[in-house]
Amino acid sequence: MNEDHEHRHDHHHDHGQDNSGAHAPHPTQPDDVSLPGRYEVMILAMRDLLIEKGVVTADQIRRGFEVLDSWQPSRGAQIVARAWTDPSFKKRLLEDGNAAVADFGITMGETKLTVVENTDTVQNVIVCTLCSCYPRAVLGLPPDWYRSKSYRSRVVVEPRQVLKELGTDLPDDITIRVHDSLADLRYLVIPRRPDATEGWSEMRLASIVSRDCMIGVANPKVLANE
Amino acid sequence: MTPRLAPGDRVQVVLTNPPGHRRTPFYIRGKQGVIERACGEFANPEELGHGFDGLPKKQLYRVRFRQKDLWANYRGGEYDTVDVDVYEHWLTPLPVLAGR
Repeated sequence: MNEDHEHRHDHHHDHGQDNSGAHAPHPTQPDDVSLPGRYEVMILAMRDLLIEKGVVTADQIRRGFEVLDSWQPSRGAQIVARAWTDPSFKKRLLEDGNAAVADFGITMGETKLTVVENTDTVQNVIVCTLCSCYPRAVLGLPPDWYRSKSYRSRVVVEPRQVLKELGTDLPDDITIRVHDSLADLRYLVIPRRPDATEGWSEMRLASIVSRDCMIGVANPKVLANE
Repeated sequence: MTPRLAPGDRVQVVLTNPPGHRRTPFYIRGKQGVIERACGEFANPEELGHGFDGLPKKQLYRVRFRQKDLWANYRGGEYDTVDVDVYEHWLTPLPVLAGR
């Protein structure tokens, strides 16, 4: 226990077996000492072999993770802001996502970026019911809830309820289009541009396009003081 | 290769349950939908998943299903849909409906 924690109190504490008058140690989360599973062992073995045979270096593997972690949803927000302000870019983005995002130095690799646009009657929502396929190149790593079994299994069956639980209560006359990305396509939603953003710069527009807006479970909001 | 199916074509997903690595979810097997677009050819994940080269490549489509056709008790809009990526060998073309 550190000294900062010592304090006088005039109320009763139940210290259990501890009769010293000081606090019992706070509960601590035990370290995870479980043995690695089969796949984790295979990954470690493969990594060691690749390094040993000189195919890659440990530094290259570390750098790979660093690059992956550097991909943030702000990349997607810039793309959406450009689509909102530049109709010819939006047209290209909807027709050939891979070619359009190359403007931002983003490469989709083997996957095909498929961009879907919300309208005043349609809300698009993205899921991968099999695993957690996600447009990482434009949005970074997926949030935990996106990978949860609950979201993956429920959003295809009851999208309206799931969105409502996430704070997006859609009017009954909005059609919901769920996109299940199971194969080689990756999806990005262009949300509707709020009316109150007329004359905004691309940078300012990008600031209201959050990750969840581009997954389709939320919509951009303009706060009163913006 | 030119896609065998075009946007608007009605299709039925093959109702089968083979072992192995499959990307076609159970909730659309045996169900009817409409081709939304052809997406190009991709290495077949059913082969790639078992260490083969995935060749020849397979045409991939986006197929649009009406939610009401997938779930008996769907609570939501009449026109709500799910778009699913499906490889061509899972799709059977359906005849054009009379009067359409």
